[in-house]
Amino acid sequence: MRQRSMSIVAGVLVATALAIVAGCAPKKGTTTTGSETKVQITGAGSTFVNPIMSRWSSEYEKLTGVQVNYQSIGSGGGIQQFKEGTIDFGATDVAVTAEEQKDFTRQFVQFPVVAGTVAVVYNLPGVTQNLQLSPEVLADIFLGKIKKWNDRRLAELNPGVNLPDQDIVVVHRSDGSGTTYIFTDYLSTVSTEWQQRVGRGKSVSWPVGVGGKGNEGVTGQVKQLPGAVGYVELNYAVQNNLTFAAIRNAAGKFVLPGKSTGEEATRMAVEKLKQDIGSSVVNMPGENSYPITGFVYVLVDKQPKDAAKSAEMKKFFEWVLRDGQKMAVELDYVPLAEEVAQMSLQKLAEVP
Amino acid sequence: MRISRLYEMWRRFANIASLTITAVCAVVVMAPVFIILIYLLANGIRSVNWEFLSSLPKPPGDEGGGMANAIVGSFYMVGLGLLLSLPVGVGAGVYLAEFGRSRYGNAVRFMADVLNGVPSIVIGISVWALLVVPMRSFSALAGGVALSFIMIPMIARTTEEMVRAVPNSLRAASLSVGATYARTMWSVVLPAARGGIVTGVMLALARAFGEAAPLLFTALGNRFWNLYLDRPMANLPTQIYEYAKSPYQDWHRQAWAAALVLIAVVLVLNVVARMSTRERFRALR
Amino acid sequence: MEAQASADSKATDHARGATFWSDRLFKAVVVACASVMGLLLLLFAYELWQSSQLSIRTFGWRFWVSRDWDPVRERFGALPFIWGTLLSSIAALMIAVPLSLGTAIFIAEVAPRWLRQPVSFVVELLAAIPSVVYGLWGMFVMVPWLRENVQKPLAQRFGFIPLFEGPAVGVSMMAAILILSVMIIPYITAVSREVILAVPRTQREASYGLGATKWETIRYVVLRYARVGILGAIILGYGRAVGETMAVTMVIGNRPDLTTSLLQPGYTMASVIANEFTEATSPLYLSALTEIGLLLFAITLLINALARFLVWRVTKGEGRY
Repeated sequence: MRQRSMSIVAGVLVATALAIVAGCAPKKGTTTTGSETKVQITGAGSTFVNPIMSRWSSEYEKLTGVQVNYQSIGSGGGIQQFKEGTIDFGATDVAVTAEEQKDFTRQFVQFPVVAGTVAVVYNLPGVTQNLQLSPEVLADIFLGKIKKWNDRRLAELNPGVNLPDQDIVVVHRSDGSGTTYIFTDYLSTVSTEWQQRVGRGKSVSWPVGVGGKGNEGVTGQVKQLPGAVGYVELNYAVQNNLTFAAIRNAAGKFVLPGKSTGEEATRMAVEKLKQDIGSSVVNMPGENSYPITGFVYVLVDKQPKDAAKSAEMKKFFEWVLRDGQKMAVELDYVPLAEEVAQMSLQKLAEVP
Repeated sequence: MRISRLYEMWRRFANIASLTITAVCAVVVMAPVFIILIYLLANGIRSVNWEFLSSLPKPPGDEGGGMANAIVGSFYMVGLGLLLSLPVGVGAGVYLAEFGRSRYGNAVRFMADVLNGVPSIVIGISVWALLVVPMRSFSALAGGVALSFIMIPMIARTTEEMVRAVPNSLRAASLSVGATYARTMWSVVLPAARGGIVTGVMLALARAFGEAAPLLFTALGNRFWNLYLDRPMANLPTQIYEYAKSPYQDWHRQAWAAALVLIAVVLVLNVVARMSTRERFRALR
Repeated sequence: MEAQASADSKATDHARGATFWSDRLFKAVVVACASVMGLLLLLFAYELWQSSQLSIRTFGWRFWVSRDWDPVRERFGALPFIWGTLLSSIAALMIAVPLSLGTAIFIAEVAPRWLRQPVSFVVELLAAIPSVVYGLWGMFVMVPWLRENVQKPLAQRFGFIPLFEGPAVGVSMMAAILILSVMIIPYITAVSREVILAVPRTQREASYGLGATKWETIRYVVLRYARVGILGAIILGYGRAVGETMAVTMVIGNRPDLTTSLLQPGYTMASVIANEFTEATSPLYLSALTEIGLLLFAITLLINALARFLVWRVTKGEGRY
């Protein structure tokens, strides 16, 4: 037995040594697998974009052999690591503000690659239809001012729905997240009281409710707790068969989250985006635009340390902005409106 | 008379009852091991198949795929950690056993124990600042270094014990035939302690193999194959963490499978290590 | 033990008197290796100290007593996390200590010889299970079970007691406490078993000679003799509980509140770092998180120093456990 354990340790050592020797073979930003040479690009950030990004990465590798390694460490992490220069591109649900850009030592561009809608989900036994919510009511629910599901103001918005006499349990994200940013950005836009008491951010000081870790945690709790209401990215709501609410938009119509309503919102934002590509797109005008919509931005160096790699990365994002958009729908993301995709491509053109 | 008889009975009863309670404690304490193992088997066994062990992760929406790169990556970085920590750990352990009665020796022993208790997330953040930022890239090297920081104190402390347990007659014999001290240590004492040191090393390997927190900010992870030291590398623990948080059923299934693979490796390392320890003690007896 | 000690010093004498260059080289190498420990500790301390400067300068001592955790307005206070860490780790000790002591006594004194090895082995496996596996199991198996079978009845019947206030949501202080206690049991058990075994035979024989039962011997002689070492074992286990990250993060619910209810989500120092370190964008936010890391580091240092001191007193500086 002693012999055997010795040989295990020795085996691990020898195998590692061999692997490292193999790994030290000459290369230039490329891996040699068989006869073909592969470029590997590293990106990190937003958790929200991870599913679609890994989809893109996998399809693009099949097409070109270029490997885009994306790791979901969180939006803040994406910005932070990009600032430190430890990754080739960063992805974030919250655009880097002009103020924050001063901290950067290098020139970079940021542009949206895909959009998403945040759904307000709930668990009301006996209520299977989509509830209708106005911005004021939504804010008051999350401020803890509306405490019962059969509150008069909720009943007025939903005639014909048999609302139960049940306590409302607010469920929110406990970890910092881009989802929270989009949601609180929306509430701050539509409610001055929310703006003053809580504000917008990736994690905020919540007036009421229980926390759930990740979109998963929130979905899980909403599913388990009768009377719960929470907010998650649409793909989580769809994957878990949760009912979600229609929200009254700036044009006064109740709309459900989805591909077309989200796309409409991004189209309405074009003028605003021309001023500042990082501007918020919640509560956009337009008959069919869903008000709680946000972008995922990518950060790319203007003066890359490895020009060959950067050129490959540029090609990848060009492909994402053209051919990659249709894959967004399958995974319940919102593809960029044509005009927005064009703006992103222009930004990308600044990269050598 | 009667009272003292009653008291006797009470004493006997208290004796049996208390000893039974300790047995119950042992059963309660052991239960979670079996419960967790049963759940891992039930949820993971069907998913641990050839595809899982041999292919790369697939994007959500496509069923299947595997964690071959993460399994290899875990072994690679743990091996790298071992390569870095083995000489340092053994050296420090020899120092503690041979010269450890000094004040500095006590300080080193204390620091080794503190190091052993440093939360692994703190190690992760430090290595990030130490290696990842200057190298301007997440890398397998940084992951291996972080794991080696976890293993060094463990190896040092076991080596100390094992070197100390080598009978002095061996040393005396070697020294008396004129061998230098260094030669005695190298050719007589260390080989005699080798079995025990290997046991300690395997336990350190088992711990390093399951650590997720120090790899989050160092190895980062990789969707693809990688054997280069200076590039991000996939590993099992962080992959489990990421998949468990995702909304996709298929990824949850794979998280269980990965956990089963992880626990299997850890258990094998532990079982082999303990069995060799037992044999060693039998040999000493 | 005695012979060992004198031979050790002989070896040391020999090394001191050594004139061979190889001997001096050998010693230099092992001293260098030993010094790596100190260097690593200094490195960690320096990194943490350096990165938390901004937060230290901004908030000063108020950081430790403020209950604000508002990333939007950049007001940070560590109190909820200190509270969560204290509550979860102390409650975990309350569960783990009796169970561990019972098990340690069982292994060292009660169990038949053939059973000792297997029981020790299974208990040590608890320590071998990786944190993230505990987390996975806790998240998908234990938390839903707790919510349905423990928390809901408790909330319904005893909801008026602050300890069981609020809706039963599953991820909670209670879940974290249970997971933590399972995770620290093997450490407390292993060290306690060692100190119990280190109690000299003669002590027990004297007790039996006076006609004591086995339990009385354990209770009044063995445990009393070993109590300082057992206290050390408990403190070592406590150190583990304070620093545990992954598993706790996955089940505690992560809400920075000064809650007294076991059913409510809480937050610990280690889990706030794991959760928010990658999401913090502003330098001050990041610095506040590192300052929590620094405090965690300092606490671990203190706890280990204390435990070490106590265990040493019993095992006479041999430092074995």
